[in-house]
Amino acid sequence: GPLSERPLMEVRLGELHTWVSTCSFSAQGLLGAVQRAWGSYCAKYIHVKQGGPAGISMLLAGYCLLSYGWNYQHFKRHRWRKYH
Amino acid sequence: RALCPLVPSAPAALRALPPPVAVGVLHTTRPLHTTQQSLAPVPPLPEKGGEVRHGLIPEEFFQFLYPKTGVTGPYMLGTGLLLYLLSKEIYVVNHETAAAACILTVIVYAIKKFGPDVAAFADKLNEEKMASALAMKNDTIQTLQTAIEEEKKEQWRAEGRSYLFDAKRNNIAMLLEANYRERLLTVYNEVKKRLDYQVALQNLKRQKEQDHMIQWVEKNVVQSITPQQQKESIAKCILDLKALSKSAHATV
Repeated sequence: GPLSERPLMEVRLGELHTWVSTCSFSAQGLLGAVQRAWGSYCAKYIHVKQGGPAGISMLLAGYCLLSYGWNYQHFKRHRWRKYH
Repeated sequence: RALCPLVPSAPAALRALPPPVAVGVLHTTRPLHTTQQSLAPVPPLPEKGGEVRHGLIPEEFFQFLYPKTGVTGPYMLGTGLLLYLLSKEIYVVNHETAAAACILTVIVYAIKKFGPDVAAFADKLNEEKMASALAMKNDTIQTLQTAIEEEKKEQWRAEGRSYLFDAKRNNIAMLLEANYRERLLTVYNEVKKRLDYQVALQNLKRQKEQDHMIQWVEKNVVQSITPQQQKESIAKCILDLKALSKSAHATV
């Protein structure tokens, strides 16, 4: 289909910046994008008949990574060596 | 017009009716269910979710790297990334690392050991729910089927109404006939009673006249018989008897 209506996974690397230019960055647009992303994640990994640990574990791993990233300045002070 | 319920798809002619009629009229000029986009039946859930390797990384990532790096590509990428993070201490090893390692070990062990049992239990719950819902649906369908058959039977029964009406008509005709004949009989009896009365009256009158006349004649005759005549008649009777007895002796 046309470029603006394709989901992100089907956009090729070369067309990425044109694709980014077509999507709307208003509050409604961003909210819609977040809702669609969450909906597709749920539909793929959670709302299935035989899901496994993967659906929640990916969310928890993402949460761990995000919280590590937010507290990175605090962790930096507990390094073992000064020069790497 | 301002008071009627605003069903915009209804034509003006239907909306122009007085409000109680406009509410109850089914606006069938609007096409109903012409597209497939109705809310029921809901499509069933997919059987299995997206493939995830090691519980963390979706399979699409491995497929994405496969053409260029083969099977070991993502693992090499992962190892290199990990070593880079550790050596540059972008990931700092502290007490939380030890805690995380212990927790992850326990979680993985628990999932590997109890996973299938929990999955089977959840599947059983789901099965029961589905079975009950399906049973309800089948029951409803069955009930409706029997209702349809009953209705058809009733319709077939209603076809015999002509026989019923004929029988009723015959009954009524018989009642009328019987009533008519009863009344005829009553009339006949009444008339006969009156005529009998007249006849009896006449007979009685004649009888009384006869009796009275006989009595009167007898009385007068008895009165007219004087004692003289009585003696003469008795003497004559004795003479006749003697003559008769003589003739009787002669014949014997």
